[in-house]
Amino acid sequence: MKGLFTTAIAIATGLVVLLGYFVHLPLLVNLRARFVQWTIILAGVAVLVGIYNLLSVHFGKIQRKQKNSIYSLFLIFALLLTLATGLVFGPDHTTTRLLFNSVVIPVETTLMALLAITLIYASIRLLRRRSDLMAIIFLISAMLVLLGTAPLPFGEIPLLGDWIRPWIIHVPAVAGGRGILLGVVLGTLTTGLRILFGADRPYGGK
Amino acid sequence: MSWISAAGLTFILLSSGLLLAMSLLPRKSLPTFRDILAFTHLRRAIGLSVEDGTRLHLSLGRIDLLSPRSASALAALSLLRLIAEETAVSDRPPVATAGDSTLAILTQDTLRSAYQAASAEAQYEPASGRLTGLTPFSYVAGALFIPRDENISTNVFIGNFGVEVALLTEAAERENCLTLAATDNLPAQAILYATAQDPLIGEELYAAGAYIGFGWAHNASLQIQDILRWSIIILILGGAALKLVGLL
Repeated sequence: MKGLFTTAIAIATGLVVLLGYFVHLPLLVNLRARFVQWTIILAGVAVLVGIYNLLSVHFGKIQRKQKNSIYSLFLIFALLLTLATGLVFGPDHTTTRLLFNSVVIPVETTLMALLAITLIYASIRLLRRRSDLMAIIFLISAMLVLLGTAPLPFGEIPLLGDWIRPWIIHVPAVAGGRGILLGVVLGTLTTGLRILFGADRPYGGK
Repeated sequence: MSWISAAGLTFILLSSGLLLAMSLLPRKSLPTFRDILAFTHLRRAIGLSVEDGTRLHLSLGRIDLLSPRSASALAALSLLRLIAEETAVSDRPPVATAGDSTLAILTQDTLRSAYQAASAEAQYEPASGRLTGLTPFSYVAGALFIPRDENISTNVFIGNFGVEVALLTEAAERENCLTLAATDNLPAQAILYATAQDPLIGEELYAAGAYIGFGWAHNASLQIQDILRWSIIILILGGAALKLVGLL
């Protein structure tokens, strides 16, 4: 019974929001705006629940003395320190900014650098994992675009920078990208319809 | 109502009618779809994980559910539900990680519902559905050690990711885990093609339910995707032909 009730509410809300986009009746438009406002408030509360979830998972790791739980301790300390700094000084204060500029940004930049190395390594391994025609085309295209973009010590390779690279970027890459996006749009539409009809219920229930 | 709104509404109503008709009309046989190797591997991995007592890790990305591109996360939740139901008999439940708090709550709810449906409520652990971070790199950093520390045999990355997902696939690769990956983000799609063992391309992300066996609605929606795709192809080719002869 509870499941039916939540499903009915979800479907009705979904229909009102969907119709509010297309049919500009004042009642529908106002209802849609009100529902969206409520959703934003709920999403704000969800952040707090999410942080509680993060804390409880890491407290659990420490309690069970799980492998590498020292990192969990460090995470909880950093989270509470950042939260306290934000609450006491506010998000725009120099101390809060200092925390972000001297910890968060350098760490994320380091991970970005690691990512560059990871990608080079992955592209080297690609042919070992999949040595089919598509993998070869993928690697050759990536190599040609890289060589056509990067500043080379001996100057530009003839044809590459002013013909081959722009052609790859503007013709096959755009065509493939649009094809993928069309597929994603159709998938999004049918996923949305399944949820609207209650066939998929990500909000729980049997 | 503008003509664009009218066209949009007609398109949605048409798709809804097709979905209802294809779902409710009686059928003599189940539809057959082309083979996608990644789903065959996933089915096998689900069975193996139950047998050898390892876990599956499902990473749902970090899309904000209020954004228009949240369907990838909703498709991932369907897959999570199915995986949780199929592994409910195992003593090692799957782990689901998300980079958005709303999505993390939904992963917990989906896991709880799956165990209820499988009459295995005792298996549910709230810590199986986790928020690992709220920014792209903090999400990745939080999920990075899961393949190593939690006896994971298969990693499924399905949802909205950025290029940072390569760090996750690399971590999974180092632990010799099977990695199946799908995303609706184009740069991440290219990265996953190069780094994942079983990448899914484009709309294959939304086909998981039909291939893994989620039922009538998923089969019907996959067939509708095919019908709509062919309609669009015909429209594009027709438009190009009309342009060529100077009628457009």
